[in-house]
Amino acid sequence: MVLVYAESPRGQIRKAAFEAVSFGRKLAEQLQMPCAAIVLGSVQGDAGELGRYGASRVFQVVHEGLHSLDSQVFTAVLAEAAQRLEASVLVLSHTSTGKTLAGRLAVRLKAGLVSGINGIASVGNDGSLQVLKPVFSGKATAEYSISSPVKVISLMGNAVRPEASGQPVPVEKLEIAVPAARVRVREVRTIEGRVPLPEAEIVVSAGRGMKDPSNWGIIEELANALGATTACSRPVADSHWRPHHEHVGQTGISIRPNLYIAVGISGAIQHLAGVNNSKVIVVINKDPEAPFFKAADYGVVGDLFEVVPRLTEAVRRFKAAQ
Amino acid sequence: MKFLVCISQTPDTTARVAFTPDGKAYDSTGVTFIMNPYDEWYALVRACELREALGGTVVAFHVGPAANETTIRKALAIGADEAVRVDAEPTSAAFTARQIAEYARSENFDLIFLGKETIDYNGAEVGAMVAEHLDLPYIALASKLDVEGSTAIVERDIEGGVEVVEVPLPLVVSAAKGMAEQRIPNMRGIMLARTKPLKVIPPVPVEEFVSVVKFTLPPPKAGVKLIDPENMDELVRLLHEEAKVI
Repeated sequence: MVLVYAESPRGQIRKAAFEAVSFGRKLAEQLQMPCAAIVLGSVQGDAGELGRYGASRVFQVVHEGLHSLDSQVFTAVLAEAAQRLEASVLVLSHTSTGKTLAGRLAVRLKAGLVSGINGIASVGNDGSLQVLKPVFSGKATAEYSISSPVKVISLMGNAVRPEASGQPVPVEKLEIAVPAARVRVREVRTIEGRVPLPEAEIVVSAGRGMKDPSNWGIIEELANALGATTACSRPVADSHWRPHHEHVGQTGISIRPNLYIAVGISGAIQHLAGVNNSKVIVVINKDPEAPFFKAADYGVVGDLFEVVPRLTEAVRRFKAAQ
Repeated sequence: MKFLVCISQTPDTTARVAFTPDGKAYDSTGVTFIMNPYDEWYALVRACELREALGGTVVAFHVGPAANETTIRKALAIGADEAVRVDAEPTSAAFTARQIAEYARSENFDLIFLGKETIDYNGAEVGAMVAEHLDLPYIALASKLDVEGSTAIVERDIEGGVEVVEVPLPLVVSAAKGMAEQRIPNMRGIMLARTKPLKVIPPVPVEEFVSVVKFTLPPPKAGVKLIDPENMDELVRLLHEEAKVI
């Protein structure tokens, strides 16, 4: 069986989990085995909805010790479930949760691990699995072969679209002993309003060309018109013009949205490394020699203080006409 | 307190990415290697700051051939007290994690630091593996870490925010941006580093489950389509009709 851990941080099954289940279903078809999903802790809404995305069975372990992430607790429960259900592939999401758990689970299950994959290359006749993964911050792709009987993989965000084509299924409760947690959560601080950067489908990002943090209003307006999340380049974050969680690039967050709009960012190689897996890149810069244009699909050479408000207006007209 | 900082070596952030003709390995011809930025800027510096505040020892740990000793000396120049090198090529995350765990098992470290991932293979796998081998708690993507008595107070990056947790020591932690500020080694540090102890130990064998089939470079972009800056309706039309992203 392909077992997908459908993560539910703070009781919410998020986009990453629906992507992982949709991916798990396709992989299970290739391997000619069933796809099941497992949820840890209680969740808002019906976990059986994961059936729509391709899980033929949905398991849930409900215990108060699973409300917040403790890697030892979650590893013990997931490994026990994987063994009991005889999972041959365990699929996680390459998120903060997945990064906390994947290595542990691989050691516990004596499994080969490839994290942050974005596709399957082939299924070997010898029981091996060949997976594709962006490496060198997206500047190249690696194909790895996993040969162990049990395999652990984690899926990069936005690598597949969640596809709801099936039906909800009844949730089966699993009784698994939950060890005592050692990690205690004091506080969670989230940024309200916008979609988190790793999940965003459209990102509007700005750099030093903005000249001053007080000029960010035009970026916010464009982002609002598009339903986008805002981001920034490293110099902007380092100058504290914008919070560091907005910094995308090689040493910030790597993202792969459908649309990345770069405003006043020259396109240093370290910045490109974090965004060049975006499906479509639009660059707005007054300097026609800016290196970012070489990586762009669409370019606008012009003064961003004129071009961005004009683009916002054009987007609003387009949305109004839809 | 005893701190272990695991440092790896990666191509410089501006290095060209190319592979050997058979596509099986990174072509390092003419490439400058550096200490992985997450290991250096955040993990190592925070460990040194805590040592300065609380006392103790910082051990830098590296898996790699003798040629990598420049990177290890840099860690000593930044502030590590001593270093250990496992004399082997770091062939995989599983291999590296096992070397760290085997060494750390008998040394009773209070905190084991790593960078959140390396900037070349982007695995983010080693820290969790080390923690599992040693049966210790693990916090990934930590952007702030303080020690109060025998407890660590850690802020970890989550999607769209941070979570503040408290965890009893000993602990394995992977460092993200924000945990510390980069330190440039000074002349005194560089001089001292030359005489600090650097122990070389043999690797333990590890069964490998993952192998490289090949590396490939993405096809070159078709080229940018330039849009008249006066005509943003045209850009919106192309994004909708041609690119189909809005």
